[in-house]
Amino acid sequence: MLSEPEKIKHLLNRAAYGNTPDWWSHPADAAAVLKQLFDTSMTCKPLQVVGTDQLAEWQLQKQQDPGAFQKVVTQQFKDQTKTLNTLWMTGMMTDQAVLREKLAVFWHNHFAVRVNNPYFNQQYLDVIRRNALGNFGVMLREVSKTPAMLNFLNNQQNRKDHPNENFAREVMELFTLGRDNYTEQDIKEAARAFTGWGFDKEGQYKFRPALHDFGAKTLLGKTGNFDGDDVLSILLEQKACARFVTRKVYRYFVDEQVDESRVEALADEFYQSGYDIASLLRTIFSAPWFYEEKLVGNKIKSPNDLLVGMFRTVPVSFTNEQALPFLQKMLDQVLLFPPNVAGWPGGRAWIDSSSLLTRMQLPGIIYYDKALRVQPKAELSEMGEGKGQQMMEQMLKKLAVQKLGAKADWAGLLKTLDGNAITEAEIWTKIIAKPIVPANLGLLKKYTLSDDPEDRLKSLVVHSMGLPEYQLC
Amino acid sequence: MNIKRRNFIKASGLVTTGIFIPGLLKAHEVLPANNTDKILIITQLTGGNDGLNTVVPYRNDHYYSARPQIAVPASAVLKLDDELGLNPRLMGFKSLYDAGKMAVLNNVGYPEPDRSHFRSMDIWHSASASDEYLSTGWIGRLLEEHCRNGSKPSYALELDDTLSLALKGADTKGLALKDPKRLYGSTIDPFISDLNRLHAEEHGQDQASYLYKTLAETISSAEYIYQTSRIYQSSKTYPDHALGKQLKTIAELIVSGLDTRVYYVSHGSFDTHTQQADKQGKLLGELGDAVNVFFDDLRSTGRDQDVLLMTFSEFGRRVVENASQGTDHGTANQVFLIGPGLKRPGIYNPGPNLDDLDEGDLRFTLDFRDLYATLLKQWLSTDPAAVLPGTHSLLNVI
Repeated sequence: MLSEPEKIKHLLNRAAYGNTPDWWSHPADAAAVLKQLFDTSMTCKPLQVVGTDQLAEWQLQKQQDPGAFQKVVTQQFKDQTKTLNTLWMTGMMTDQAVLREKLAVFWHNHFAVRVNNPYFNQQYLDVIRRNALGNFGVMLREVSKTPAMLNFLNNQQNRKDHPNENFAREVMELFTLGRDNYTEQDIKEAARAFTGWGFDKEGQYKFRPALHDFGAKTLLGKTGNFDGDDVLSILLEQKACARFVTRKVYRYFVDEQVDESRVEALADEFYQSGYDIASLLRTIFSAPWFYEEKLVGNKIKSPNDLLVGMFRTVPVSFTNEQALPFLQKMLDQVLLFPPNVAGWPGGRAWIDSSSLLTRMQLPGIIYYDKALRVQPKAELSEMGEGKGQQMMEQMLKKLAVQKLGAKADWAGLLKTLDGNAITEAEIWTKIIAKPIVPANLGLLKKYTLSDDPEDRLKSLVVHSMGLPEYQLC
Repeated sequence: MNIKRRNFIKASGLVTTGIFIPGLLKAHEVLPANNTDKILIITQLTGGNDGLNTVVPYRNDHYYSARPQIAVPASAVLKLDDELGLNPRLMGFKSLYDAGKMAVLNNVGYPEPDRSHFRSMDIWHSASASDEYLSTGWIGRLLEEHCRNGSKPSYALELDDTLSLALKGADTKGLALKDPKRLYGSTIDPFISDLNRLHAEEHGQDQASYLYKTLAETISSAEYIYQTSRIYQSSKTYPDHALGKQLKTIAELIVSGLDTRVYYVSHGSFDTHTQQADKQGKLLGELGDAVNVFFDDLRSTGRDQDVLLMTFSEFGRRVVENASQGTDHGTANQVFLIGPGLKRPGIYNPGPNLDDLDEGDLRFTLDFRDLYATLLKQWLSTDPAAVLPGTHSLLNVI
């Protein structure tokens, strides 16, 4: 049985970015912490990098000089998407709405989209963040109509008599039902229903009747003159949809080894609630089985969990504005750039010999501003090489041997903790999910000896973050 | 000499000949005579190499009319047969071809091709169908298959700082390194070595044990690779660029007797939307020259028979040039297989049919997964079914 503080830490590891200092004076029991997590995530601050008038301006530029536009826009698109990425991540590192952001990253991974246009990315991100704790059905409908999704899964090319099945396939396989719960014929029929879904020059969803197939369709045992919204309703009516999404939530927030009977019960409830995400999460985070000892620290942190957790513990600011995307690239999880529509595989896929060494050395590199000396793979633009491509490669090379220019803010920790008196065990208990490994405490002691209490505290935190156990949550 | 070193030398069979001199050994003296394991070098041409200007259909009018600005003139190509010729910068490949050490596989691709760099690369790395998502790579799965028989992560090495999907298995992954010395350097950090020593005995199934196991394998492989790499230093002059350096490192590791069976390198970027001729020409020149020296190096040390090099790119490019003296993303492409161990060197199958295009793109005639299956079965002695989804027919080339 976990003690109450252990329960709180476990909850924070899964529902937030760990037991970071902002939680050290938390309420006394896990139930109250859970309430606070929901309370602080009630509102959603929109993230804006691109103004609404920007699309029209791009259109104009494109008409006037397509060649020049292509060159400029390739770089601008990339820069602005990176800025959006940085803005989103900075929010995770500093704002209180951690539960919302954790869920937003989960949904980003679920509805994985990768497009060039920063305005589309901004709209898409707004949809998943706004609906992160809301209703799954509403989110599914909204995200399906974002230009980002329509573009990424080629629905703009899905026309009557020339169907493009990409979106119809992925919406069933990856977003709602999962394999083996539909047939190839269902995909064909659904694709016909989605014909005519597109977006206009203002970047708004637009139904184009001339391109839509108004004929009768039969899918999943139903026949009618269905349109795309009807198909989404039919998908949501399937119990398999609740089961598929719940299973994914369980694997992400609880355990990769799925307990089928638990998932079945949760899926029932999720279905009955009409796909209320917040209530599904409340049930999970309040269940006695969620606090079983064997679940503590049995998940490998995603790069996002790792970085945000570190930066919430010891805040940093970077003089190099590319530092955050660069670190994400280094660890192979750049937000808004998922590897494909299936998202990041997660779990042990995060860890190989190079990524493990990088992860273990990262705290020292960041907090002692050491050179990184590791260069991530070059990034190809889908829009052509342009000047941006070369600049990016130059920058990766430079960053790899230079320093990230991280400025750590230790003031908070130094005020709360006494570098003379604090023990290795106390630091471990605060920032590491797993129970104490005594041999590692000895090692921490050996490597953090210092007469200067401030140096000792810093060294203790940095070395603890460099432990394999810190990779777990 | 410490115990570890002595064991290592014994294990590598060098003690009997008594000629261990780290560094400048003469190659023929160090070759462990019984080492005949087949080795595969995968060379990724990142960015989508333009196949039509690499192996040029120099008798084809459609080719010249589709590319008024960037076609390679018939007079310039290095002729392979009456239809096809190499880009003039591929002199290195021409001499390998003439020596009967190269096979050209034309129109390699897959159904429903994807024209996005990252997705198509994903497909080649994971050996999936274009509507299928696999989270492991084909070499990673090969590695896992061999690890069951006691092989180590050093079985598959990528010459880079980070590891590609191709080399990632579910629980076992290949190793990425740019330079054996640097990787070794980063593992001898005292804190990390101490941690490793304290946890040497962790064999659990939980995530922490997985991390410690990965750490232990990294440290021991890094040491093994570094120590082994010092046995042979090449005296050949490789071209002075990243690929030349990487192939030199690989040659040294092979001749030193490292147990690696698959090496992975990347070269690029071939994403030539603008001013293609210069960019592609430079990259192809680097490729041809480096590979040529590489095989020359291996031949002089007697290991070339055991080495096969394969090139691939995530896609070829469109047949028609664009308005910026470049080409945009296309589909099928050629693959080169290089090495003296080929059964059927030469042009394996007819070049692209420019009269029968799929919306302006080449149609594939060889599935890349058949090629993978052939390499697995006939070169790496592995049952393709253990590594690749589906069934595949074998090519008659190796």
